Formats: sequence, structure tokens, C-alpha cells
Amino acid sequence: MKKKVMTIAVFIFVVFASLFTGCGDSTDKVTLNVYNWGDYIDEEVIRDFEKTYNIRVNYDTFATNEEMYVKVKSGSSKYDVLFPSDYMIERMIEEDLLHKINLDNIPNYKYIEPHFKNLDFDPNNEYSVPYFWGTMGILYNKTMVDEPINSWTVLWDEKYEDNIFMLDSQRDSIGITLKMLGYSLNTVNEKELEEAKEALIEQRPLVLAYVIDEVMDKMIADEAALAVVWSGDATAAMRENDDLDYVIPKEGSNLWFDSMVIPKNSTHKEEAELFINYMCETDVAFKNADYVGYSTPHIEARKRLEPEIRDSVVAYPNLEDLTDCEIFHHLGEDLKLYDRAWTDITAR
Amino acid sequence: MRNFLKRFYVFLIFLFLYAPIFVLMAYSFNSSRSRGTWGGFTLKWYRELFRDREIMISLKYTIIIAVLAAIIATILGTAAAIGISSMRKFPRSLVMNISYLPVLNPDIITGVSLMILFIFSNMNFGFTTMLIAHITFNTPYVILSVMPKIKQLDANIYEAALDLGATPSYAFWKVILPQIMPGIVTGCILAFTLSIDDFVISFFTTGVGVPNLSITVFSMARRGVNPKINALSTLMFLSVLALLIVVNLRMSRDIKAKREKESVSI
Repeated sequence: MKKKVMTIAVFIFVVFASLFTGCGDSTDKVTLNVYNWGDYIDEEVIRDFEKTYNIRVNYDTFATNEEMYVKVKSGSSKYDVLFPSDYMIERMIEEDLLHKINLDNIPNYKYIEPHFKNLDFDPNNEYSVPYFWGTMGILYNKTMVDEPINSWTVLWDEKYEDNIFMLDSQRDSIGITLKMLGYSLNTVNEKELEEAKEALIEQRPLVLAYVIDEVMDKMIADEAALAVVWSGDATAAMRENDDLDYVIPKEGSNLWFDSMVIPKNSTHKEEAELFINYMCETDVAFKNADYVGYSTPHIEARKRLEPEIRDSVVAYPNLEDLTDCEIFHHLGEDLKLYDRAWTDITAR
Repeated sequence: MRNFLKRFYVFLIFLFLYAPIFVLMAYSFNSSRSRGTWGGFTLKWYRELFRDREIMISLKYTIIIAVLAAIIATILGTAAAIGISSMRKFPRSLVMNISYLPVLNPDIITGVSLMILFIFSNMNFGFTTMLIAHITFNTPYVILSVMPKIKQLDANIYEAALDLGATPSYAFWKVILPQIMPGIVTGCILAFTLSIDDFVISFFTTGVGVPNLSITVFSMARRGVNPKINALSTLMFLSVLALLIVVNLRMSRDIKAKREKESVSI
């Protein structure tokens, strides 16, 4: 027995020792810490970057903007490149958590579609470089609806009772209701929010379920006629089920961006810029767009995609059709109004 | 009829327990990425799984941390349990209640308070902080599973060993430890599983470049969990199953051998 315990002790010691010496190898190499959404990159790209520039990449993933924010804000993890969404970038700029990016170091920025520069959350392109973008709309099953779908009001049509999936996400669900009513989805006007709340309460009996990510599988399995989804999911779902189609309602919708930024506590700003520039190389942007399947803001990368995706109005709608679409803003304290309204809706 | 009902009831229980696992395993062979439709048989997710560096790194850290945390927590917990059992009544119940607390505490509070502690003590977040956190939440479970075994011990057995000439450490290794071994093994396995499972505490205490499996799987939420994870779960389930079978076979062989020996000596 004593021998056994000794072997265990020796084993523990060896593992520890090897771990600490393991850290020693990489001292001469710069290590870049990258924090991105889960399953949101072609991993080959990272390996190629490591080989080309002799930089080690630590690649971690997150599921929500808020999760990423906690890590960066608390200072427990020091990352060099992050991929937050629009409203979160706005918040991080407000709280002085981001470095300004020197665009001279990012020559490939010229490939970014001009429409996706000077966006609301970063009006002078000082902090962020777009990575993917998309819209929100209605995914519907052509065999289950009889009229052309082009308005949010169809989600309030009693004909489709128990045939509608709504998103279990307060900003998104209240946002599309505000759009239907003709208001901004960033409104902080209490009267407008009250109206949206009433509309959503009225809609509740028609809704089959409030869902999040499982909506894709459910729509592919023909479980309902209509669902509110993001364009990236719509593209993926339509590839699996030919009866599905996607529309951005005429009242306008949400336009979202995930962009690359450099947090203030990064210790390798230059290498981070090198990485961002690398991610905007045509070849790399193409590989990522091909793997992830979301819409790339990279003009040349889009040209190299398969025609059925490149010319799809789902993934790449006409830019003129997006004039009524809005980007979510960081609302700060006013977010409480949304919290309260959503609690009232879901408590019924 | 009654027999049939009994069997049916047992069948139902096992169906509820194992149906999700079998569905998950079946979909690891699905060539379509969606979990709603069947697109034909494939092994590509298994191939891609081993090429996926992110998942492999998470798997590595999950296992290293689970093994180390389980072993260290078992040693700490067993020593603590033995110490606690020889206390007087009042301090004993006090210490027992204190070690119950972390078990009852919600994970998120343990996680956040550990994170604050590590920030306060200026530690670099990463492997060490996550390991310390896992040892911390594992130890009470080991104490709780070893304690009952010590209580069952005959209080005189240790003294009898000393009377017969054993030194205290010899008595501990040869008399006490073998008798409480089942409790220690249970505690160790419990600690190992809890550590592999843990998401919340790991999330708050890990650092750059040290993800564990549950963090990686959770981060896939937005894009839908990749079937590679189904493949990985299938492999993990099968290896645990194989391990259980081997252990059981060996145990029954040992018992058999023992019986034969006894019958010979008689």
C-alpha cells in the first residue's frame, strides 16, 4: 500500500514538473491569445498563421457577449484579439476597454465592403474590423403558408396558432415587435415599449414555443410554419430542407456584426493587428466564410464562394433593402425597461 | 403478470436513463449536421474530432485536471475525515457542518468567490487556478463519503493492532486503510466525475488557453453543438463502460480465487 501511495505521489510530481517546464519552451515565441465565438473559424487558418509568422496562438471560445465581457472586464484573462458583436463593442468603447486599431497596419481593410464601414457602434472605424454580419428575419415553410410572407404581422395572424417559434431573447423579440409597430428597435420611449409589450402578450397564445438555438433543428423537422431566426441559421436550415425560405420583413429588422477588436489589456498590440490583417486576407476570409457559412463583409472572399451562396439573397441581401434595418445599441441603464417588459411578458 | 410488470418497470427506468445517451450516440453517425434529420451513415465526425485541436486541448486539460484534482482531493479528504473522526463531539460536528457548506453552496457562488480570491491574491489565471478550484470543491465530497466508513469501524480495532505490536503507521496502513478503502474509492470516483462535469466553477477560474470540455461545448451554443461532440461523448461513454466491465470482471475473479483458497485451506 505504501508503495502505491509513493507511486501516486511521484506521478503527481512528474505531471506538475512537466507542466511547468512545458510553459518554458515558448518564451522566445510571442503568444497571441484569441477569444472567439465557439465553432466560428476554420481551424486550419490558425495553424497557418502560427507557421507563417512564428507566433503561438492560444485559441479560446465563448458562447455569449456577456460571458466574454466578464472575462475581459474582471481582468482574469488577458486576451489580444476579441470578436464581440456590435452593441458590446459600443459598450466596451464607452468603458474604455479597447485599443484604437492602427489601420495602416491592416492594409487588407480595403477589402471590406464600404457599406460595412463607419457603422453606428464605431463611426470612425477606429476600434473594430468586421468579421461576419447578418440580419434577422422570418424562416418559413413554403408548404405550410398560403400567402407571400413579407411582414412581421404574419406572426400575429391567428391562422398560424401553434405554428410559430419566437426567440427566447428579450432584445430580439421586443425589437422585432417594435419594428412591426414602426418604432426603432433601440427605443427607450416607455410608451412605445408598453405597446410592444401588449402586442407580445396578445401574441402569446399563438406561439408554439420560445426557443433559442434548437429552432434550426425544429424548423428542419417541419415542426412549425414560421420562426424568427438569424440569417446564418436560415442559410444552414435551408440547405437541409428545401421547403424552407427566409425573408427580411419590409418593416425592417436587426442588422448585426461580429467584429475583431483589441482589448486595452492586450500586451501584443502589434501582433494582434498582424492577426487581424491576416484574417482579412482573401484566402483566409474565404476559408472562414466557407466553413462557418455566415455572410462575410469581405468583397473578394465573397466572390470565391459557391454561386448558390454568393448570390443568395438570404446570406447577401441587396444592400438597398437594408436601409430600414438597425444595429442594436448599447442601452446602459435603460436596458432595465426591456428587462421589466420581458418579465411581464414571460410571467403570463 | 406481476413479474411482467416488475420487469417492465425496470425496463422503463433504464429506458429513461439511457435513451438520451443512445440518441446522442446514433447522431454521431449522422452525416447531416442537424440534429433533426437523418442524412445517412458516416464516420466523418470521428475523423474530424481527432483533427480538431480545440476539442483535443480541452479534452487533455479536462482529464489532467480531473485526475489530479481527484487524487489530491482524495488524499486531503481522507486525512481530514480521519482527523475529524478523532475529535471531541462539539468540534467534530462544527467541522462537519463547515465542510457540508461548500456542498450546499451554489456552484456559481463558489466560482465567483474563488475568482475574486485569485484576483485578490494576484494569481495568474490558468491551469493552477482551475486545479485549485477543483480540489476545493471536490474535497468535501471525499470527506462525506469516507466519514461513514470510519464511523462503521470498530473503535477498538486500532488499539488491538497496537496491542499486538503494530506501530501506529503500520496499523493505519494495514488495518484502518483497507477497511475504509471502499469509501475512499467512492470518494475518488465521485470527485473525478464532478471534476469532469463541472462548467460553472471552471468558467470563472480558468484562464487564457486552458479550456475544459464543458466550456468548449457550451461555447458552441450559438452555432449549434457540432456532431464532433456527439462522437467524443460516444467514445467517452464506451471507454467508461469498458472500464466498468474490466473492473467488475477482475473483482468477481478475485472473489472466486479467494473462495477457492479458503476451501483449500479448510
